[in-house]
Amino acid sequence: MREKILYVLGVAATLLLVRNLYVIFITLPDEQDQGAIYRIMFFHIPAWFVCFTAYFLAGVTSVLYLVKKQFKYDVFSVSAVEVGLAFTLIGLATGSIWARIIWGIWWTWDARLTWAFITCLLYAAYLMMRNMMDDASTRARFAAVVCTFAFTSVAITFKAIEWWRTQHPGPVLSLPGRSAGGTMDPEMEAALRLNYLALFVIAGVLIAVRMNQEKRLREVESLRRQVHAM
Amino acid sequence: MRFLRQTASIAAKDLRSELRTKDSLNAAGSFALVIIVLFSFMLDPTETQTVYELSGGLLWLVFAFAGALILNRSFARELPNDCLDMLVASPVSSSALFLGKATANFTLLLVVELVCLPVFGGMYNLSRWSTHLGPLLGVVVLGTWGVTVIGTMFSAITVNLRLRELMLPILVYPIMIPCLMAAMKLSTVLISGEAITGDDWIWLRLLIGFDIIFTSLSLLTVDFVLVS
Repeated sequence: MREKILYVLGVAATLLLVRNLYVIFITLPDEQDQGAIYRIMFFHIPAWFVCFTAYFLAGVTSVLYLVKKQFKYDVFSVSAVEVGLAFTLIGLATGSIWARIIWGIWWTWDARLTWAFITCLLYAAYLMMRNMMDDASTRARFAAVVCTFAFTSVAITFKAIEWWRTQHPGPVLSLPGRSAGGTMDPEMEAALRLNYLALFVIAGVLIAVRMNQEKRLREVESLRRQVHAM
Repeated sequence: MRFLRQTASIAAKDLRSELRTKDSLNAAGSFALVIIVLFSFMLDPTETQTVYELSGGLLWLVFAFAGALILNRSFARELPNDCLDMLVASPVSSSALFLGKATANFTLLLVVELVCLPVFGGMYNLSRWSTHLGPLLGVVVLGTWGVTVIGTMFSAITVNLRLRELMLPILVYPIMIPCLMAAMKLSTVLISGEAITGDDWIWLRLLIGFDIIFTSLSLLTVDFVLVS
């Protein structure tokens, strides 16, 4: 039953994404300054927010694992980091293409971009480290500690546009309690918000699917151990 | 008081065993010198102004690479004869064990750095490198503590991994970046013979903040890493 709900959610999010694609590419006009390329924003910004959220939740569940020692937190943490890393790569790739058109370069070493890249490297190292540990409980414990440390890098990336003068633009969404931002056309902002929803749900479904895989992997591992013991 | 005594005895034990073999110290020292020589091919050593501008970056790269050698050995040294298990099972708390090891690594890396600094200044003809010696040593101490506290923590995590020599730098360097960045900026200013002013204070604050945050975070989480 749970899996069915998951797949229904996945299909619904994909349909929403298709609808959004239609609105983004056909209905919305080109932007005044940037022309057609501004449309990459509808994927670039949500992708980063999805990965920040995934890393944040992975950080929280890592701390929870250290406190409560329940494997479900470790399972969530690794799944969230994997999906988060995929979205980080999407964010880096779309950002790079956007930069090529608007700034004329693929990459610049400004604070936001540099920290985003460092975060990507850190979580890739986290996943690599997990693969090198055989014992499940040691792996979960050490991975949780590394994940807690790695989250500092996410926090710096998030705040980089406020702490340093960067080439990367500042906030654009009109959020309550935020003085900056809110300069976007309402129609475009609505499309952006709907794409947020689609990508967040897709990421959630991916994390849930990955969690199921991880749980089964553990079952297989324990069965294998039983067979060896016999 | 008991905590400090335990920390001191772990640090003394590590330093004593290192001084008997001098494995890490020799390896890190000669590795650092090799990199300093390699830099002479990377840039024109006669263009002193360029060397001044790059000095902080070059020096901290040397220190970070040499540090990785010392840090790799820190816990790996305890693996033969199951010494690590015995240490963890002993009545010393994990945080005292961690701080003791971090202090020993800090001392060893500092020795390597204090040898490299004049060698670098002399070989690249940086006549102004010692004009602000006090503040420069302060930056070196703060930066080295940042490097060793993170490095010791991750050395404890990676000690049980296959390929631990590979994993330690991959994990440690990205996390160290704020500390290295601040130390590089400040060292470049001080080695060039200028004082820390205006905008540079933010780097000093970053460096001190990094040391405080990561020392506390390590002390909070070390109980989960060093368990028997």
